[in-house]
Amino acid sequence: MKVTIDNITLEVEPGTTIMQAARMIGPEIAPPAMCYYEPLKGTGGKCRGCLVKVTAGSEKDPRPMPKLVPSCITTVQDGMIVENTINEQVLETRKGIVEFLLLNHPLDCPVCDQAGECHLQDFSFEHGVSSTRTVEERNTFEPVDLGPYIKLNMNRCILCYRCVYAADQLTEGRVHGVMHRGDHAEISTYIEKAIDNDFSGNVIDVCPVGALTDKTYRFKSRVWFSKPEDAHCDCDKCSGNVTLWYRGDEVIRVTGRKNEWGEVKEFICNTCRFERKKTSDWVIEGPTKIARHSVISANKYGANLIKPSFPIKQAALAYKPIDDDRDRSFLPAKKSLPSSEKK
Amino acid sequence: MKILTEHIEVPGIETIDVYRKHGGYQAVEKALKKMTPDEVTEEVKKSGLRGRGGAGFPVGMKWSFLAKPEGVPRYLVCNADESEPGTFKDHYLMWKSPHTLIEGMIVSSFALGANTSYIYVRGELMYVIHILEKAIQEAYDKGLLGKNILGSGYDLDLYVQSGGGAYICGEETALLESLEGKRGNPRNKPPFPAVKGLWQCPTVVNNVESIAATSWIVNNGGDAYAQIGIGRSTGTKLISASGHIRKPGVYEIPLGITVEDFIYSDEWCGGIREGHKLKAVVAGGSSVPILPAEMILTTASGEKRLMTYESLSDGGFATGTMLGSGGFIVMDETTCIVHNTLTFARFYHHESCGQCSPCREGTGWMDKVIKRIELGHGRKEDIDLLVDVAKKIEGNTICPLGDAAAWPVAAAIRHFRDEFEWHIEHPELATQPGAVYMRPGASWSN
Repeated sequence: MKVTIDNITLEVEPGTTIMQAARMIGPEIAPPAMCYYEPLKGTGGKCRGCLVKVTAGSEKDPRPMPKLVPSCITTVQDGMIVENTINEQVLETRKGIVEFLLLNHPLDCPVCDQAGECHLQDFSFEHGVSSTRTVEERNTFEPVDLGPYIKLNMNRCILCYRCVYAADQLTEGRVHGVMHRGDHAEISTYIEKAIDNDFSGNVIDVCPVGALTDKTYRFKSRVWFSKPEDAHCDCDKCSGNVTLWYRGDEVIRVTGRKNEWGEVKEFICNTCRFERKKTSDWVIEGPTKIARHSVISANKYGANLIKPSFPIKQAALAYKPIDDDRDRSFLPAKKSLPSSEKK
Repeated sequence: MKILTEHIEVPGIETIDVYRKHGGYQAVEKALKKMTPDEVTEEVKKSGLRGRGGAGFPVGMKWSFLAKPEGVPRYLVCNADESEPGTFKDHYLMWKSPHTLIEGMIVSSFALGANTSYIYVRGELMYVIHILEKAIQEAYDKGLLGKNILGSGYDLDLYVQSGGGAYICGEETALLESLEGKRGNPRNKPPFPAVKGLWQCPTVVNNVESIAATSWIVNNGGDAYAQIGIGRSTGTKLISASGHIRKPGVYEIPLGITVEDFIYSDEWCGGIREGHKLKAVVAGGSSVPILPAEMILTTASGEKRLMTYESLSDGGFATGTMLGSGGFIVMDETTCIVHNTLTFARFYHHESCGQCSPCREGTGWMDKVIKRIELGHGRKEDIDLLVDVAKKIEGNTICPLGDAAAWPVAAAIRHFRDEFEWHIEHPELATQPGAVYMRPGASWSN
């Protein structure tokens, strides 16, 4: 199937979503995802941050779609033409979405553990505006302890439902959900019942903001002061593939391995996450590869940056010499300038 | 011309014997014994009946979209979760004459090939649920429901399900989630319920009034139904009229009478209450745009506005509105539009499910801003802010609740901007009890 996103055409398998296709092109083209989380079934369509314009539905039916569509759950059709970063309406709507998400979000990034690896920070930095129009009081909630390891700060929650899907799909028994409606909806366990399950810690990893944080790590360090290393161990419950976060020689945090979209593909168990905090528990594989734009990569691992290889190749393939037949005889002769050659 | 409410005032019509005496259940006998399901669907298509829940989508066409894979059950779900402020027609019909709905359910389920059907009733209407359950039991006892109905070989089980009191569960996919026992969050579409609905099986969701009308169509033919009304607005419509009129209540009108007739004629609303005059009308339940008196009575081209889907929406949202679910709210000049808009905005703030961000945050924001204006703390830029927020919500949400929340606010500002400005510029006057802005030259009485 052929799909064109922002004038870049590529071939994809049937059943691919627009988001997946855009991610194949590269992070410059991929729409932001606040709620969509590929490894979890059923996520997506909620935050509306990834809305894109479909200017032609398919080869057979080239009419444009009347509304913006969520790219994370819309599957591509043959000959579909999508506009993401080049469409004015899309960018304008995204500004609105950032504004909506920040409306009741406390601006407490300086004391938030998620700062530096927060998807909402990235989203508002890339798509938001610098000023705010609201003078209204924010809705507030009391922080809640979900068991011995997890802290829920509902003020920061953007209700992406990722943790609900994670709790549903990774743990046994439905222990975790959303209560109430509208902007008073809150993530909750039934009457603050402690989450007690071997895989419950993964809700921290899937949380795009600082609503669910690791109590063994809270306020210990800023993420950009810590040094991530890939490591593994023999674990009878999970794959044992993790990222260790070092401050000096001390492991201050263990998380699942996130890919370049911030998604954990192999969920880890609570024993690995909360209890194995000594270097001797692990086999170190080497420094984690971190996306270049991340603040975590500041002053670290220059050699291991993920470079956007695909778009560069794409650009090289699409390169055409400029068709320029102006008279240049009066100019001093240049050494083989490819752009001045005529086809 | 009355179709649904013809015998509604007959004493005892809620019992099956009296209902049958007045021609009830003839449609079931005709459809099940003499017609095929496709013939019933064909008649409904011919009738031009449009969905009475608000969107006005042709019922016959909705039925024909139903996927019919082999070996997969199909469902008909009746949406009786009527919770739109200003709309109370389904409530009236089910309460007075439950068998009208049950007869329609049997005929429609037969046409769709559904062997299990549900009536999802709004949770607040507990006594209506009791009435419906009693009526369904009567129908079972007479062999009109259950196995092998009237010896035709067709089986149907009909269940009543109570909602939990959430407006959002009137949205068809949220209703299906709720019916499955989950939190009533709307689903992302596609897939539409006609392909994957209740328990991932093909499902049709129709409004009470649409389903009730099908039995008359089977009895009298789709062409006879299409004779009533004008153009693509065929048949009759229940209108729940409320507000500052002399005779509030539920009226069954043939589509195509003029709005002026409907408001002022003694047959319907009987005019505005003594000594007052019309200021504005919300024509189809709280979610449709409000229109000032001159625009609701005549269209932009100067013609008289009719009670039809097309005429009411004539001129788009600039000068038009929608027929919606038929919640006709009339306001006289003692009504403060800002306060009225606040009431609507507060409702949508309370009822947003909280799933997608534009609706969750936007409805709360609009509510807070309008409340501030109403309390005399408005800022000049708030009016444009409201317009912009409404624009950012509209069309960007999972379900139509976002649109429904944005339209009344946007329309109130579009048509009554001066009233909002007055509230902001003269907070000391606007916050007086009962204070209402009068346009220069306007007067209080006729």
